[in-house]
Amino acid sequence: MAVDQNLKIELGKQGIVVTTIQELYNWGRRSSVWPMQFGLACCAIEMIATTMARYDMARFGSEVFRPSPRQADLMIISGTVTKKMAPQVVRLYNQMAEPRYVIAMGACAISGGPFKQGYNVLKGIDRYIPVDVHIPGCPPRPEALIQALMTLQKKIDGQSLTGEDRPRHLDAEAQGEFPVPEFGEHDLEPASNKGVWTVPTIIK
Amino acid sequence: MKTVEEIKAGILAAVPGASVTVVPNGSPSAQHSLLIGAEHATAIATFLRDDEELALDFLSNVTGVDWLDKEIAEKVKVTRQVEKPVEGGEPGQVRLVEETVEETRKHVQLGYLEAVYHLYSVAKKHGPVVLRMRTVNRTDKAELPSLTPVWRSAEFQEREVFDLFGIVFNGHPDLRRILMWDGFKDFPMRRDYVEPDDFDYEPTPHDEVLKRAQEHKAKAAAEEAKA
Repeated sequence: MAVDQNLKIELGKQGIVVTTIQELYNWGRRSSVWPMQFGLACCAIEMIATTMARYDMARFGSEVFRPSPRQADLMIISGTVTKKMAPQVVRLYNQMAEPRYVIAMGACAISGGPFKQGYNVLKGIDRYIPVDVHIPGCPPRPEALIQALMTLQKKIDGQSLTGEDRPRHLDAEAQGEFPVPEFGEHDLEPASNKGVWTVPTIIK
Repeated sequence: MKTVEEIKAGILAAVPGASVTVVPNGSPSAQHSLLIGAEHATAIATFLRDDEELALDFLSNVTGVDWLDKEIAEKVKVTRQVEKPVEGGEPGQVRLVEETVEETRKHVQLGYLEAVYHLYSVAKKHGPVVLRMRTVNRTDKAELPSLTPVWRSAEFQEREVFDLFGIVFNGHPDLRRILMWDGFKDFPMRRDYVEPDDFDYEPTPHDEVLKRAQEHKAKAAAEEAKA
């Protein structure tokens, strides 16, 4: 049940804090999104810059980069996902504990980018795992990554704990493990996870 | 530094029976290369490395080139006998006349794979010397001797050429794919390589991609109609 905003402000002036479990829960989740220490290509350099003093991702509670997928909440796909690397990326994602989020950073991670027509680059990691935020750019500036993190935080804030749109970790029916693609003779098999990715409709 | 002709003479003196051809480069860089026969390749390479004046101790680059089968059209003058009706004679009466005709004959030159080595000398501060080796064909005899025993830096680069072009380097200590996975069957840098058909989502197709995307669409529509 949501609290009336005006009432909340009035009560706040009187020194009374009113909140809901949902708000508190979401606040906790969004304020310490720990990313995984995981970089794939040149975008990783921008990701590193984002964590350093000038851009300081610590302001958003995301400074603790964990070297283990078990301890991480957020996977930043920072760079080109080659077909040889894609199964490992999916495997790492499977090893992360819920709640987990994915930011696909840069042109390569979202679509294959300049290497799209190459023989060994995946045309977007969203073909295998669900992506929460896509950032375009080659590479995206640190501001863009911070924007993506803020977008993710807004998304977490907006989630309700019950009902149809509840987050995946609160849904017992939801898929927890995503199939790892196999190395085929000519390509990865399957070429995409149909449960996660369908061909988007092009609107012109 | 010695010119390619001088190097060629040096090789022929040091390695008797070696086949060395100078491949001229017409561009302003005039970086002529030496095409060496695969049989004596290791001996030639050892000579180039150990010769005191050349001292090519550093192999900087190994790469591959794919030369497809080439159809060559040649104009040949052919003389043959032609039957011609006799003028003023009876109908049906013919005589034989020799005639020279120009004919275009086509023959296919078999393609081959080529490995190119760029050599420098750190000791003498000169280079590059460009070596080339050619395989017999592109299919079953795509083999060359490995130069890894001579220059250790060839190891990974020959593996890359093996991976992307499919040249088998005999004598290589550890010939495995290096960029693609082991079960991969194709050679992506060959000119007749066809990418897998994953053109299902192309928001901004053009040229070749547009063609492939349309083909994919037609194929998918046909499959859907069948089902």
